[in-house]
Amino acid sequence: MNTTAFLALVRKDLILYISDRRALLMHLVLPIVIAAFFGSVFGGGSAKGSGIDVALVQQDTSAAGNRIAAGLKADPNLHVTPMDLAQARAAVRKGSQAVAIVLPAGFAEAAGTAMFSNQDKPAIGLLYDPSQPAVLAMVKGMLTQQVMQVVSAEMFGGPLGRKLAERGLQRLDEQNVENPALRDMLVAVRKYEAQPNKSAGDGGQPRGLAMPFTTQDEGLTSGPVAEGYNPYAHSFSGMGVQFILFMGVNMGIGMLLTRRSGVWDRTLAAPVTLTEVVLARAASAAIIAFCLLCAIFVVAVLAFHVRVSSVPGFLGVAVGFGALTAGFGLLVAAFGKTPEAARGIAMFATLILVMLGGAWVPTFMFPAWVQQLTLVVPTRWAIGGLDAVTWRGLDAAAAAPAIAVLLGFALLFTVAAVWRFRSEQA
Amino acid sequence: MSVLLRVEGLVKSYGARRAVDGVSFQVRAGQTVGLLGPNGAGKSTTVSMLCGLLRPDAGQVLLDGQPVAVGASAIKRRIGLVPQDLALYEDLSAHENLRLFGALYGLKGPALNERIARVLGLVNLVDRARDKPATFSGGMKRRLNIAAALLHDPDLLILDEPTVGVDPQSRNAIFDTLEALQAQGRALIYTSHYMEEVERLADHIVIIDHGKVLADDSPATLHRKLAAKALLRVELAEPAGAGLLDALRSQAGVTALASDGTALDIGLTDNAEAVPLLGWLQGQGQRPVHFATARASLEDIFLDLTGRTLRD
Repeated sequence: MNTTAFLALVRKDLILYISDRRALLMHLVLPIVIAAFFGSVFGGGSAKGSGIDVALVQQDTSAAGNRIAAGLKADPNLHVTPMDLAQARAAVRKGSQAVAIVLPAGFAEAAGTAMFSNQDKPAIGLLYDPSQPAVLAMVKGMLTQQVMQVVSAEMFGGPLGRKLAERGLQRLDEQNVENPALRDMLVAVRKYEAQPNKSAGDGGQPRGLAMPFTTQDEGLTSGPVAEGYNPYAHSFSGMGVQFILFMGVNMGIGMLLTRRSGVWDRTLAAPVTLTEVVLARAASAAIIAFCLLCAIFVVAVLAFHVRVSSVPGFLGVAVGFGALTAGFGLLVAAFGKTPEAARGIAMFATLILVMLGGAWVPTFMFPAWVQQLTLVVPTRWAIGGLDAVTWRGLDAAAAAPAIAVLLGFALLFTVAAVWRFRSEQA
Repeated sequence: MSVLLRVEGLVKSYGARRAVDGVSFQVRAGQTVGLLGPNGAGKSTTVSMLCGLLRPDAGQVLLDGQPVAVGASAIKRRIGLVPQDLALYEDLSAHENLRLFGALYGLKGPALNERIARVLGLVNLVDRARDKPATFSGGMKRRLNIAAALLHDPDLLILDEPTVGVDPQSRNAIFDTLEALQAQGRALIYTSHYMEEVERLADHIVIIDHGKVLADDSPATLHRKLAAKALLRVELAEPAGAGLLDALRSQAGVTALASDGTALDIGLTDNAEAVPLLGWLQGQGQRPVHFATARASLEDIFLDLTGRTLRD
C-alpha cells in the first residue's frame, strides 16, 4: 500500500468537497431545513395547545345542550370553534376545520327519551374532511363520551329526567301497558331523583353515567431521554440519511466523470493500484458522510433539543452509515455506464431506499409484509439505529445490530464495485 | 545511446477488433520519438500500454529491461505521462495539484516542495502557484499539465497531444519547455496531429496505422525513402480531362498525381522538374492561373504510407 499516495488522494477529495459551497448547501443546510419543517409538522415544538380543529354548530340551546357544548370545549384533545351551519360547511370544505358537529335543536331531550325507549333516536350531524377519516373516528369517540355523560346525568337527576320519568309512567297508565319491569325501573328512577343531590359544592359526584375507566398514558423511552418523544429526532435521521445518500450518488457520478478525464489516467500511471485509488475515494466519501451526519445532529441537539442517549452508539451508526454511503457511491461509479444515465437511476434507487427505510414516514405505518421486506434495506437499519440512540434513549448495544448490518452492506457494495473496476481494467 | 524503452510485439484487442497488432519500436536515452497515426490508428491504446494503464494481450514493454506492469509497479516511477485531456483538478490550486501528483509517486515534505518549485519554474508558473487552474489560460493549463508529469523527475516523458487547443504563443512556450527537457537529456515520446511540431522536436518517427507500425526511422531517412521530393500545386482555368491526366502521369519526373477538378497536386522527383512541366501544360492548351511548389513534408510521407491524412 502506497500510504503517501492514499492519504494524498483522500486529502484531495476532502479539500475539493469543502471548497464546493453548493455541495455543502445541498448536503448540510437542506436536510437541516427540511428536517426542521417535518419535525414541526409531526408535533415538534409545544405538545400542548394542539388539538383537532372542530367546528360546533349548537342548535340545541337547552341546559343539557349547553353542557354538551361546554364538555366538548373543555376536552384538551379538541380545539372547538362555534359556528353557524353555513360557516361550518364552508370551513370543512376549505379544510380549515377537520370536522363540524351539528347539535340539532331539541337534541338532549330527544336523546333522553330515546335512551329508555330505544326509539326515535336523534341524529347529530357530522361534516368531515374526507382526507382525514381517522379524525372523524376520534371525534365520534369524544362526542359519545360527552353526550352519554350529559344525557345520562340529565336522565338520572335533572329536571328533564324527572319530566320524562313522569311522562313514561303516565303513558304506561293511560295505555294499560303490562310491563312491570319498565314500571319498576321508572319508579326506581323517580325515587333516585327525589334523593338530595350532593354533587354541587360538597364534593359529591354528578349523577348519571360516567366513563368507567381512565387511561394512564406513558410514552415508553429509556435511559436519559425519559422526557419523551422528540419528533425532530426522527426527521433529522430521515433527512440526514436521504441527503447524505445524495452525496454518495454525487461522489459516484464524480468518479464516472473523472474516469473520462486525463486525471484518471495520470493517477493510474503512477505506481498505485486501482484498488488503492478506489478505496481512497471510498475513504474520503465515508469521512465526508460521517462528518455531515455528525454536523446535522449537532444542529439537531443544539437547536431542536434532540437528545443523544449514547454517543458511542451514535458514532458507531455514523461510521456504519458513512461506510454504506461510500459503498453506494462506488456502486454507482462502477456500474453506471454514463454519468447522465447513472444519475437518473441512482437518484431513483436512493429515493426508494429512503422511502422503504422509513425516512419519510415511520416503517410501522407500512403493511406487515412491507415491514418484513424492508429488513433487507440498509437505510432502514441506519434510521433504526439513529432512532435507537436518540429518541428511544437506548444504549450502544441496542445500536450494534444496525452498525453491523450497515458495515456488512458497505463491505458488500465495496467488494462488488472493486471487482467491477478491476474487471474493466483487465 | 543505450536503449531506454523497448516495445516488443504489443497486441491489444477489444472484442473482435484488434486495436494494436504487433507494435514494436524502441526509444534510446535522450531521444525524442514522434508517434504518429490518424484517429483510430491504435496510438492511444499503445500509449496506455506504455504507461502501464492497460495490460497487453501479448507482447511487453521494457524500461531498462524491467517490464512495465499495470498496478503499483515501481518501474512506473521512471515514466511521466502528459495525457491528451487536461489532467488537473480545476478547483485545486496549481500548488495543490502538484502536491497531489507528487505524492502519488511517494514524494512528500521538503523534497516534494523543492520539486514543485523546480517544475513551476520550468514552465514559468511560479507566480501563479496559489491560483486555481480554472483561472488559467489554455496554454498555462497545458504547461501545468506538463509540470505535473515532471515532479518525480522521470527518465521518459510521454506526451499525448500536449498542444491540443493551444494558441500559437502558448504552443511556443510549451516547445521551449520541451526543448529544455531535451537539453537535459530526457527521453520523450511525443504524439501529435501537428506534423510541424513533430518535425521540430523528433529525431525519430514511428508511424502507426490500423494498429501496425508502418514506418520506424529518422525523419531524414523517411524523406529519402519518399519518391516525391517536391510538390507542385497547379490551379487550371479549365478542369483537366482524363487524357491530359494520363499524359501528365507519364511525364519525366512525375511520381504522383492527384486531381480535384481544376486543382492538380503533382509529386516530383525534384523541384527543378516544375518549370518544364508548367511549359508542357501550356503546350497542351492549359492555362495555369496559379501554381506553387513545396518541399515534400512529413505530411506527404504520412500520406504516402497510409493513404490518408493525419487528421482523417
